Amino acid sequence: MTDTMTAPPRELLPSPRPATVRKPGSVRRLTRNLLVALLVVVEVTPLLWLLLSSFKTQSEFVNDPAWSLPGKWDLHNYADAWTTGHVALYVRNSLLATAPSLALIIVLGTAAGFALEVMIWRGRHQVLLVFLLGIMVPSQMILLPLFRVYFQSGLSGTMWPLIITYTAVGLPLTVFMMATYFRAVPREIFEAATLDGAGMLTALWRIGFPVVRNAVFTVALVQFFFIWNDLLISLTFTTDDDLRTIQVGLLNFTGQYGETAYGPLFAAISINVVGALVLYLLINQRIIKGLTAGAVKG
Amino acid sequence: MRSVLGDRRAIAVLLGPALLVYTLVMLVPMGWSLGYTFFKGNVIEGFTFGGLGNFTKLWHDPQAHSALRFTFKYAIAVSIGQVLCGYLLALLYVFVLRRSSAVVRTLVFFPVILPTVAVALMFQKLFAVAPQNGLANVALEGLGIHHGDWFAGAGGSFMVLVVMDVWRSMGFYGVLIFAGLLDIPDETLESARLDGATGWRLIRHIVLPLSAPVLLSSIVFSINGTLKVFDSVLALTNGGPGSDTTPLTLYMFRTAFSYGDYGYGSTIASLLTVVCLGVTLIIFRFSRRDLTKG
Repeated sequence: MTDTMTAPPRELLPSPRPATVRKPGSVRRLTRNLLVALLVVVEVTPLLWLLLSSFKTQSEFVNDPAWSLPGKWDLHNYADAWTTGHVALYVRNSLLATAPSLALIIVLGTAAGFALEVMIWRGRHQVLLVFLLGIMVPSQMILLPLFRVYFQSGLSGTMWPLIITYTAVGLPLTVFMMATYFRAVPREIFEAATLDGAGMLTALWRIGFPVVRNAVFTVALVQFFFIWNDLLISLTFTTDDDLRTIQVGLLNFTGQYGETAYGPLFAAISINVVGALVLYLLINQRIIKGLTAGAVKG
Repeated sequence: MRSVLGDRRAIAVLLGPALLVYTLVMLVPMGWSLGYTFFKGNVIEGFTFGGLGNFTKLWHDPQAHSALRFTFKYAIAVSIGQVLCGYLLALLYVFVLRRSSAVVRTLVFFPVILPTVAVALMFQKLFAVAPQNGLANVALEGLGIHHGDWFAGAGGSFMVLVVMDVWRSMGFYGVLIFAGLLDIPDETLESARLDGATGWRLIRHIVLPLSAPVLLSSIVFSINGTLKVFDSVLALTNGGPGSDTTPLTLYMFRTAFSYGDYGYGSTIASLLTVVCLGVTLIIFRFSRRDLTKG
């Protein structure tokens, strides 16, 4: 009945589709519930196990089976991971690398997307294609010359190599996505603005930016996950242990005395997972839309 | 109006900074890396010209061959896994769960945003044999499958790696293909049903051909990502045992930073670039021919 109504609004909304297989309702429902249960088990069990285990003591890890529950529920492992495991430092470093790169990517990428899509000049399609090249070529291709330049200019040992590299690597996809979003905005809006004597810079700031505000947020999310979860670039350019980002720190995580401290390690992984979960619960639809849009356009 | 939209000064101010950063930090290093392929040495020891030496070395290097083989093996296995699981999920969302799929979609998508390192360390522990059998091992042994130490051999490591990366990303492909399936007009499906096509036949003859475009972009995206795999391998197996699970990316990283051979490292990176661009082009060519035929 519903399929005679108007078409479904777009992607991530539930779809009004009639049943395909006309089995008796109960068999159908049972199959469906079994499938969903299986999926939930496959997705949730590992993460739940991780979180529960993060409360275990070292001796519980060594002596009790993996499925046993912790005897005590305290945040000892978390405190250990946070301080002696340096997770606090790593999170701070990651924030210091991510925030400036993200700001630069958004400002430069939006302006470039605007210049390439809204403004009219010869060669703009070619320039867009040159940016596209940056999406295809693997990062390994730029690491060595950059390492040399950062090393010889004395930038190694600071956050700058990370900020500069993240900004440049994030730009191609951002420029491409912003150009696509600006394509949907009628050019007349900007022309009308310039009738009042506003320059193009004012038009971008006053009209362009507010119009694509949602898109900017989406792009920022995509880039945030790219930078926050990056390992290759941070591993290459963090020569100093004190500058490790959270991913590099997690990779090299060891306990206070160098032995594998299972509790703090599980706690450190859990901190990452729970942090992501909180962000995800707040804005999951946005994240899903942003990441999949980035894929199709990339 | 043209004059305002074509204001050169505004274009320079808006595009200039991004283009400058992109050129200096990406384009120039890409060319520079190509230049490195003709040299031996590194920053500290200095460079000497080696002609085509790096290329002949690459041609005869058994480690490079096994890295290339592993890269392809991994890319093919994981791409098939990701896209197949993604497609099955999308079918589940559209045809079985229908209106109530939002919660499941959100749940299955969650691992996509998790840091790879965190997921890899978790899988290491899930499949560990010491200090205690990991949860996955316990579950498998409950099903009567006794494998022993997964990370002791190439086969076991590869399997855990593939399972992990499919687990991590199938929700992503599920949503991507789901969005594509929603674009199939309801009338088409309904008229196919009236003609008697249900279940498997409906999917095989109607849904699959009509979702070819989104399937293609999923495959291209998946292949392109998996050929560049680095984080998962480094964090899960560190390329081992030995160098059995070392892809080109990791081999390049080791060559350049552990052995300090920038020239040969760049040569491997160039090979990887050629592979990435080549495979993408081949898929596009292949699919275009196929589409015109159908």
